[in-house]
Amino acid sequence: MDRVIYLDHSATTPVAPEVLEAMAPYHREHYGNASSLHVYGRKARSAMEESRGAIAERLGVRAEEIVFTSGATEANNLALVGAAYSSAERRHLVTTAIEHHAVLHTARWLEKLGYSVTFVSPDSSGRVDPQAIGEAVQDDTFLVSVMAGNNELGTTQPIEEIGGLCRERGVLFHTDAVQAFGKVPLAMDSVDLLSASAHKLHGPKGVGLLFVRSGVRLTPLFHGGGHEGGRRSGTENVPGIVGLAKATKISFSEQDESAPRLRALRERLIEGVTRVPGSRLNGHRENSLPHIANFSFEAIEGESLVLKLDEEGIAVSTGSACSSPDLEPSHVLVAIGVPPAMVHGSLRVSTGRETTSEDIERFLEILPRAVESLRAYSPFRVGESDVH
Amino acid sequence: MYTDQVMDHFRNPRNKGKLENYSAVGKVGQVVCGDVMWVYIKVGEDDQGREVISDISWETYGCAAAIATSSMVSEMAKGKSLDEAIDITNREVAEGLGGLPPVKMHCSALAADALNEAIYEYLSQNGREIPEVLEQRHQRVAKQMAVLEKRYQSLLQEQGVSDHGTGSSG
Repeated sequence: MDRVIYLDHSATTPVAPEVLEAMAPYHREHYGNASSLHVYGRKARSAMEESRGAIAERLGVRAEEIVFTSGATEANNLALVGAAYSSAERRHLVTTAIEHHAVLHTARWLEKLGYSVTFVSPDSSGRVDPQAIGEAVQDDTFLVSVMAGNNELGTTQPIEEIGGLCRERGVLFHTDAVQAFGKVPLAMDSVDLLSASAHKLHGPKGVGLLFVRSGVRLTPLFHGGGHEGGRRSGTENVPGIVGLAKATKISFSEQDESAPRLRALRERLIEGVTRVPGSRLNGHRENSLPHIANFSFEAIEGESLVLKLDEEGIAVSTGSACSSPDLEPSHVLVAIGVPPAMVHGSLRVSTGRETTSEDIERFLEILPRAVESLRAYSPFRVGESDVH
Repeated sequence: MYTDQVMDHFRNPRNKGKLENYSAVGKVGQVVCGDVMWVYIKVGEDDQGREVISDISWETYGCAAAIATSSMVSEMAKGKSLDEAIDITNREVAEGLGGLPPVKMHCSALAADALNEAIYEYLSQNGREIPEVLEQRHQRVAKQMAVLEKRYQSLLQEQGVSDHGTGSSG
């Protein structure tokens, strides 16, 4: 086996060499605590503020509207829980059934605390109808949270429409943009809160951000030294923040070129994979992020397909129950109505900066053989999907 | 997360596929939980006239652990008398593979159950007396299958209600 073809970029990405290079001095020489008064502290603080400014500029927002966090899970928790705690009378949250667990499980946690939550269902392609969001909003809704692009399907949501609708109704709007950030243009004007993470865009793990529109009040989750304008206590991860800024800069500047390139790879993937008998595309063919495609195969189970492909030097992932620690199948595939047998036979392929069309061709060559080898000893046959 | 033995059986599964001229088949599992195992046995006689599993094979839909436990149980049962085969436990299947992750222990239980069900079917279709231990296991498996079937039906119903999409994508 010469090289493993990595097609799991929505899980995480390799850190770009330029990003590592930009970060290194802040581990080695400029290791100061950004709160210190001396030269080390000042150096760290100025790097952090420069990073904040650079990210804000890319997003077209104000520097003080960026709050650095340990990643998107924290950013999502801060958005949902922070908004809930700071709204005295409003006790209702609107979100969707296909959010990442960082939003979904936070919403369920708020339910346990006595808040009420409406989980809006998407259509069979994973699209959420803005009208359904509008209907779910109540007088006491404190927040609407709808992800920009789905991490399993790639399906994108009509963020501008939903954002506009929330503004009309006077409700805060949050979007989890982890997968969309740096991949597609973001409707910053339409959102009040937005989460992103560095490691999805060739940045380091353990750092992310929450955009908080000026005037939006959030109760902090972490209490301590009052960092990040009192919104997130804890010594700042300066090297990580520098890395996040560098990764953002690169991703945003290459977006116009990378999006069509990744979209073309996705089209080729869809065309090639759906030629396999008993396969289907999960998600929306057009309204999608450029780098994620999700498929299901009849008569086989996803974890064994992932391991079969791993043996052949291909790294991908699945929404099968057998691959998750709680043995529950993907809530996203269930929510869009994928039949149970096909939910377990799902495969997520996600491309990135270093993915080439040769990689995709190689994958398309190996995949049908892997599927066939597992089907050879499956009790089910293609076309008998109702057998259970 | 898997032992080398599990990966070996997953990569090189023994006795896989459907058996021609099988005497009986045991079917366990449900697609809703992601594992379905069918174990085929062919029953013959050894030199002493004992009934033995002269051949065995399986068809499995499931994760690597499900495939490996199917392969393992088929190796363990091959050539054994029916009485000996009934005694094969899920623990022995898991031990044969050098252990399984805790969340995958149910796969070894499924494999042992599928073998049991095949023997049960063989004995009952030949009008033979069913040992009590086998009868008990059969009742337990039947109960589990009924629970899973119910879960499957309710999931289908849930999806039917929740999916207010305008079209189908496939």
